[in-house]
Amino acid sequence: LGLAGFSPARAAADLTPTPKDAVTSYNNFYEFGTDKEDPARNAGSLTLSPWSVEVGGLVERPGTYALADLLTGLTVEERIYRFRCVEAWAMVVPWNGVPLAAVLEKVGIAKGARYVAFETLYRPEEMPGQASPILDWPYREGLRLDEAQHPLTLLATGLYGESLPPQNGAPLRLVVPWKYGFKSIKSIVRITLTADQPPTTWNQMAPEEYGFYANVNPAVDHPRWSQASERVVGSGLFGGRQDTLPFNGYETEVAGLYAGMDLRQNY
Amino acid sequence: MPGMDRLNSVLRRVPAWPIYAIAAAYAAWRFWLAVTGQLGPDPVDRLTADSGTLALQMLIAGLTISVLRKTIGLNLLRYRRAIGLTAFFFAAAHFLVWLLLDLALRWDQILADLSKRPFVMIGMAALLLLLPLALTSNNMSLRRLGALRWRQLHWLTYPAVLLAALHHLIGVKVVTAAPVAYLAATVLLLVARPALMRRRS
Repeated sequence: LGLAGFSPARAAADLTPTPKDAVTSYNNFYEFGTDKEDPARNAGSLTLSPWSVEVGGLVERPGTYALADLLTGLTVEERIYRFRCVEAWAMVVPWNGVPLAAVLEKVGIAKGARYVAFETLYRPEEMPGQASPILDWPYREGLRLDEAQHPLTLLATGLYGESLPPQNGAPLRLVVPWKYGFKSIKSIVRITLTADQPPTTWNQMAPEEYGFYANVNPAVDHPRWSQASERVVGSGLFGGRQDTLPFNGYETEVAGLYAGMDLRQNY
Repeated sequence: MPGMDRLNSVLRRVPAWPIYAIAAAYAAWRFWLAVTGQLGPDPVDRLTADSGTLALQMLIAGLTISVLRKTIGLNLLRYRRAIGLTAFFFAAAHFLVWLLLDLALRWDQILADLSKRPFVMIGMAALLLLLPLALTSNNMSLRRLGALRWRQLHWLTYPAVLLAALHHLIGVKVVTAAPVAYLAATVLLLVARPALMRRRS
């Protein structure tokens, strides 16, 4: 990938993690309600075990994998990443997980695969938010294959050294630190490799506001607010704002993925 | 309606000043909770949302007063000034939280928001329409302007509430029942009032 010298530790330099209670009590997970406090309040009833992931499409070893089987043999690492929501707030989260690339390698990428599509669990009896048609359930996200294989891209199974709380997307979620948070899909039950760009939930819902790429970009505003700066969650009432960094501070690592692309067009 | 007459006569003895006191105490309490970290990890967002919603609710409450009087004979007119001023108070607080705590006086961003984002512009317009109403919500202004001109000026309430409800609706990320209900209630009240006036005349 031409990333000699890259190390996750370097990505974490100078980052102070957001307090754990903030990370686990301030969530956007509309399957459990639209208020930030709703997921922590309502996600406790989610059945996390057994959990399986259906891997299909252009893969060499498709099938329904028990979560443990999908992760067996892989080393869970800690990655301290910036997290930037499209709503212009930010956190720093110490995740635990495995590189998505390692999982993709395990299931085998078949010829012709160019994208990876993900789907969240659809289980209205345990996910009260799915009772209302505010989004086209199940939640869907996707990445270009090279983005999915990038060493920064993580399949997270924990945070702060513990299992993922359900409100943070247990038991398995995506973390793509240079993209707006909505790309980092939670509670994944399906991974499909495709030749064509897969439909993604927010992009379908409001294409003018949420692009497929959704790379953090202070120069491209959301139609209703600026993306030039962000509130730091956990910094208190008088915390003010900090400048948002291109690619959320991971420009060195990922800008090459988008060489020659118009990032205003492909927001 | 003898029941309503009795209620109205009881209400005549209930002063309006507690509305100001409760509003001020509530705002102070919420601000204190925010300062001391008891409003969750993003207190700015909470104060913004709560003050805005409360302003809209009070504005709609103010609109219902004349409708309640004309439909069921309930006379709450003496509370309308306090309700209107409280609505303005929360709308101003909403604006100040945005300006001072959320955007933290980042003027380039503030000016960009105010000049190119309809969502922000509509909210700002609602507040600007409410400003002369708040400034003239006193007996001296009423005397100086004369009842007719004062009443005509205060018709600005209607576009202000409509803009506020619209601002609320287009500000949300996904449309849930509440913002739709606020806008529907506003439109209903806007339509109801002239209809009721015509019926009486």
